[in-house]
Amino acid sequence: MAVANMTDLNADNMKMRAQLKAGGITEVKVLISHPMETGRKKDDFDQLIPAHFVQLLTASLNDKLVLEAQWGTGISKNPYLTFRLTGAAVGDMITVTWQDNLGKTATQQIAVTQA
Amino acid sequence: MTENNMPRRGFLQLLAMGFAWALITPINALAAIWHKNAFEAAKLEEVTNYLNVDVEIVSQDIIIKAPDQAENGAIVQVEVISNIADTASMAILVENNPTPLIAHFTFSHGAQPYIVTRIKMAETSDIKVLVKAGEQYFSNTKSVIVLENGCG
Repeated sequence: MAVANMTDLNADNMKMRAQLKAGGITEVKVLISHPMETGRKKDDFDQLIPAHFVQLLTASLNDKLVLEAQWGTGISKNPYLTFRLTGAAVGDMITVTWQDNLGKTATQQIAVTQA
Repeated sequence: MTENNMPRRGFLQLLAMGFAWALITPINALAAIWHKNAFEAAKLEEVTNYLNVDVEIVSQDIIIKAPDQAENGAIVQVEVISNIADTASMAILVENNPTPLIAHFTFSHGAQPYIVTRIKMAETSDIKVLVKAGEQYFSNTKSVIVLENGCG
């Protein structure tokens, strides 16, 4: 149950869109609310703000892994990602999951729509 | 008899402990996947060493779209396309950042070698993209002038 406690299924911190475009290419756009702290920045009291960043993001199409992204602290605050895949049809499900260095994680699933 | 039972019990205990550990610390599973050494390395050559890249072939088939000049280094949008056949993975590096490795993407099951993301740039630097296709590594760079430090 410890696993469940670490899962933060807050739909608000992820925005997604998956559109099937000409040529059978599906374009997926993902926007995540996350501070992406490098661990090198100081707060107003001259104290270092601990590193807090998304380390791993995976995307799957109907449970088949299509993308694995490993990130460092150099991805901008509120990470933005676009990726493209073939072989998806309207109504297929795209699932994106991220996990950060503090063990926080979120998942969101959306259906592919026609552009 | 006891000699035989002891190691078995010990093994079962270890197994149980390992199982409990796996349940309470899912982040450990991630730690095994995440290229810690490469992401924490401070020099470009160290990163490429940790990623096991020996020879890189410079290729214009890697297209990097980024602004020539970035007003704010905290958000620099980068678009990367690899036109190299069988591209399996793609890494984005910023040579002059405190830790150059920004991101590493692995593609499978019909994912295209195409990424758009936003990165931080500490200062004027080359953005380098490293592509693995088959057993070979290819790279290309794009220089970006940064007016305001984006790493803080």
